[in-house]
Amino acid sequence: MLDQQAPPLDRVFQALADPARRAMVERLCRGPASVSELAQPFDMSLSAVVQHLQVLESSGLVRSQKTGRVRTCTIEPTVLRSAEHWIIARRTSWERRLDRLGNLLAETSDQPDHGSTP
Amino acid sequence: MTDRSVTHATFVLERTYDVPPARVFAAFAAFADKSIKQRWFAAPEEMGPEQYELDFRIGGQESSRGGPEGGPTYAFEARYEDIVPNERIITSYQMSLNGERISVSVATIELKAQGAATRLILTEQGAYLDGLD
Repeated sequence: MLDQQAPPLDRVFQALADPARRAMVERLCRGPASVSELAQPFDMSLSAVVQHLQVLESSGLVRSQKTGRVRTCTIEPTVLRSAEHWIIARRTSWERRLDRLGNLLAETSDQPDHGSTP
Repeated sequence: MTDRSVTHATFVLERTYDVPPARVFAAFAAFADKSIKQRWFAAPEEMGPEQYELDFRIGGQESSRGGPEGGPTYAFEARYEDIVPNERIITSYQMSLNGERISVSVATIELKAQGAATRLILTEQGAYLDGLD
């Protein structure tokens, strides 16, 4: 799925293209979390969460370490510390804004929602 | 000591909303109630409920300040450079983190009618500063 030869920034954008993964990154920006803690807000199977985490790890944004039976995930600061971080942050912020705008417009629409808002 | 650097970049995002351009434009202008715009634009869960100002007219400013509880403080300050009702909005804006400027950008929002729906195209061109952490 991911092109292993892609430049790192492309892989970071690919990783952040998904709203669930963006939410996971935001959660991890506040501090490390176990896989089950990360999964908690989502209505998806644990294996789906693990798949998202694998994409995040292959982008370099997230790393994880297993201690006993608990796998703990952390943000990779070297990726976030680069100037590119601000581009990603601005882009992610706009993605979330436009998604929230879509939700608001759908909520207040007199017409039925055809679900074309991503 | 801060390592000074500038990275220039452009990104484009597109969305289609099932409402006419006037409805999308109204959500940006929020003439009736700016708290509606704060809800989607400067979401309290991201920026905190501390401060949000909006003066939607050419030359007018928009600002918000806040951040996650116990986390860093982000500030956003924008100026409306061009407004064409139902068609186009251009702002110049800067972001800062704990008082240090981290980016200076131009954001262009274009609204195009597609039948009863609207295609929104956002283009941001920015100078991203210093890779501050």
